[in-house]
Amino acid sequence: MAEEIILLDFWASMFGMRVRIALAEKGIKYEYKEQDLVNKGSLLLQMNPVHKKIPVLIHNGKPICESLVIVEYLDEVWKGEAPLLPSDPCQRAHARFWADFMGKEVYDVGKKVYMSKGEEQEATKKEFFDTLKLLEGELGDELYFGGDTFGFVDISLITFYSWFYTYETYGKFSIEAECPKLIAWAKRCLLNKNSVSKSLPDGKQVYELVSELARKLERK
Amino acid sequence: MGESDEVKLLGAWPSPLAIRARIAFNIKNVNYDFIQEDVEAKSELLLKLNPVHKRIPVLVHGDKPICESLIIVEYIDDVWSSGPSILPSDPYDRAIARFWATYIDEKWFSYFKGINATLQEKPKKAAVDQTVEGLLVLEEAFVKCSDGKPFFGGDQIGYLDLAMGGYLAWLTVTENMNGIKLLDQAKTPQLLKWAERFRQHPAVIGVMPETERLTEYANYILPKMRGDNPPK
Repeated sequence: MAEEIILLDFWASMFGMRVRIALAEKGIKYEYKEQDLVNKGSLLLQMNPVHKKIPVLIHNGKPICESLVIVEYLDEVWKGEAPLLPSDPCQRAHARFWADFMGKEVYDVGKKVYMSKGEEQEATKKEFFDTLKLLEGELGDELYFGGDTFGFVDISLITFYSWFYTYETYGKFSIEAECPKLIAWAKRCLLNKNSVSKSLPDGKQVYELVSELARKLERK
Repeated sequence: MGESDEVKLLGAWPSPLAIRARIAFNIKNVNYDFIQEDVEAKSELLLKLNPVHKRIPVLVHGDKPICESLIIVEYIDDVWSSGPSILPSDPYDRAIARFWATYIDEKWFSYFKGINATLQEKPKKAAVDQTVEGLLVLEEAFVKCSDGKPFFGGDQIGYLDLAMGGYLAWLTVTENMNGIKLLDQAKTPQLLKWAERFRQHPAVIGVMPETERLTEYANYILPKMRGDNPPK
């Protein structure tokens, strides 16, 4: 039976990008459907009625939601190509722990950086760098968070790279100055992995989007 | 780490998250050392084993710490693979189970904990309403996942049963303390029946705290967590 795979996504979503990278790593052909997040389409509402959010992967008509759940699903079904999670149970637990951390801690503090001002923003910036330095510690001297090979944890974090320009511009700081190892890792991923360079939008485009949304909010 | 290496679990008897891990161990018939943590005074050991989040439960297998209750449950399933399976075998069913477990922890629990987080009527009622709405969603999820069988996992308790079941004792205590019904014969009849079956399951008995003991604990800890004024 021919596989039918559809991805409901939004170009700037760091969660959607994770799925795009995983699909590319596995060499899976799929149909990408860009979603309007303001006027949500009937397919999205039907496929993710609980959260009404992207990304949603539709595999032969059956929906799978939540980016990391989707990535694990792809890894389990397309077992032969480019394994994303380690096979050892302890390393797998470790990978899930850090992937989870990215979506919660990194996402939350990153959002606060561009949404806060003044003293609150200063405090948030410190929290942001503490978080990134923790990740640098976890990376250590390895090429990737997965060790020698690019994997689940790398996928869960690299997509934030397209938002770094936004964080830096709003926060008026340089991430490379504070966390050179992390930026070196990110550039390594972009250079060595086609799946990453194909899936990440330009950081300046993300910044334009955020600025436009901020302007719209101010006008309300 | 193999099945025969030393196993410890840092937790606390009232903790819904530790309950998940303990039931998982019972399903697999694994002996472990249960190290009770004082939630008000975190031990050096806990801070060393979970420096990122500084919270229970933490599984220590040999010398390796595993953190986060659902990750611990998956780990137990992976390592003690000769015992009954906790996660479904089909990848799609696994994705559905993981989706709902995430919903329970990230959405539903944020409503539920709101009930006891305040003494003020309005926000409390809002939290109760959201919790009940969430349970209606989970009622539907139960019907789909169980497919006519007794548990979310089918004939036997599985990952999603543990995810939800960990909270049952606190659900009962919260209902009693607030004079409300969360699981309800009219609105969530299937979940109500499931809860009864779950409580009586051999892997759950002895792990699920008794209502009276948990109520006493709740009366002690909740005012502290809320920062209530001391009674005059």
